[in-house]
Amino acid sequence: MRYSGFRVIAEALTGHKGWKPVWRDATPQAEYDYIIIGGGGHGLATAYYLAKEFGQARIAVLEKGYLGGGNVGRNTTIIRSNYLLDGNEPFYEFSLKLWEGLEQDFNYNAMVSQRGIINLIHTDAQRDAATRRGNAMRMHGADAELLNREQVRQMYPWLNFDNARFPIKGALMQRRGGTVRHDAVAWGYARGADLRGVDLIQNCEVTGMRIENGRIKGVETTRGYIGAKKVGVAVAGSSSKVMAHAGMRLPIESHVLQAFVSEGLKPLIDGVMTFGAGHFYVSQSDKGGLVFGGDIDGYNSYAQRGNLPVVEDVAEGGMALMPAIGRVRLLRSWGGIMDMSMDGSPIIDKTHVEGLYFNGGWCYGGFKATPASGWAFAHLLAKDASHQTATAYRFDRFLKGRMIDEKGQGAQPNLH
Amino acid sequence: MIIHHPILGPRDAQEFVYLGDAALIDRPDGMTAGVEVFHDWLYNRDNPAGEHRELWYHEQGDRSWLVVTRNTVTHEITRVELARDVARSKGRSK
Repeated sequence: MRYSGFRVIAEALTGHKGWKPVWRDATPQAEYDYIIIGGGGHGLATAYYLAKEFGQARIAVLEKGYLGGGNVGRNTTIIRSNYLLDGNEPFYEFSLKLWEGLEQDFNYNAMVSQRGIINLIHTDAQRDAATRRGNAMRMHGADAELLNREQVRQMYPWLNFDNARFPIKGALMQRRGGTVRHDAVAWGYARGADLRGVDLIQNCEVTGMRIENGRIKGVETTRGYIGAKKVGVAVAGSSSKVMAHAGMRLPIESHVLQAFVSEGLKPLIDGVMTFGAGHFYVSQSDKGGLVFGGDIDGYNSYAQRGNLPVVEDVAEGGMALMPAIGRVRLLRSWGGIMDMSMDGSPIIDKTHVEGLYFNGGWCYGGFKATPASGWAFAHLLAKDASHQTATAYRFDRFLKGRMIDEKGQGAQPNLH
Repeated sequence: MIIHHPILGPRDAQEFVYLGDAALIDRPDGMTAGVEVFHDWLYNRDNPAGEHRELWYHEQGDRSWLVVTRNTVTHEITRVELARDVARSKGRSK
């Protein structure tokens, strides 16, 4: 079924009786050419691009719960490509370009909204860093603008410009950044993959990997053994658990990141704003809720819920920046499990097992990377070679001293 | 989370700084271990879902290092030791 404005009107006039399930509930076959473990954004995007762009068939996506039930449904929906380093910026700019054409590409309304993102500046040193970052972005074909204090004031006159500790002096802006309806991304990719014959298999947890003579043969699951020529793992949050089946230890710690949404308000913030110095970022959903977050809790966790000190810290950051929200009530808070890597950057690479590939380590930046991650991982699976924008995301970069450390924190995952 | 400090009693986890897996205590000898072993110690982690022994530093307190045994799924803390005692029990001098 193809979606269109005409279709919506036609269904409205006929009592919405023509809508059909968006994807089949597939049962596993005995063998596939490709198995993607993880039915989240990255796994579904990988299957979609494998089928559509790389012409591959006999693909299955295995998901332990339901499609899109992990981090793709738990993030704060921001897209941007404002990275500094050579290993990152071309990849994230590739991703942003894919976002721009995504809805037409998979014929699904993902509510891609390029409402602009600003990173606030409070000091001369920060302005220098923002200028450098903006220049790096523009050299890689992305857009970036340096805003002065008055330009920021025109956008958000109610911000606390004269905070004693962090007075607002300007901002780095990327107008092409914005937000996307995160669940619809998973659903759109799932539907697109399903239409191209990919089996989406839910409630199917991988419990083991069959490896013979250094080569992957298939995976043991809660729904029986499934053979495969190639297996791609895209389960950020649970990467260490799944890759342990192949005897691997990863340069990753799992940490919990909390996010928050307030009660619905009248339009207040039409873009995305980050207050790095105060460990706070915010946007406003189309329903009116302020969607915001801050730092990870900082200790290993698989709990999908955080603790109160970080709630207080994030709320303080919000109040410092936006005193007007002082009486706004919190509607919900939740937590997601991050693959925090040792340099803050992801991994898309082969493993020591032939036919086994890994995609993970997305820290808290995985959502914006979804299209490029899927594309690059599909490229790696189909061609056994890294996509040109993802050549730096290798396992051996830690051994060879080629870390991609945007924040310069070293091997301390809770500080990235 | 409340960490039951062996000397100071129950303390709020906010007083502490978190470092990571307590296996970091066992640093290989840089002169003899070789690059691969050192790389494995510095960058790779078991990262278990469940019981995890980890290093916490009491920065806002007595500045002692602790080895805390905590469940990463429930956040329940079952054991707290002075890192010094753990290191000594492994034959280290300090």
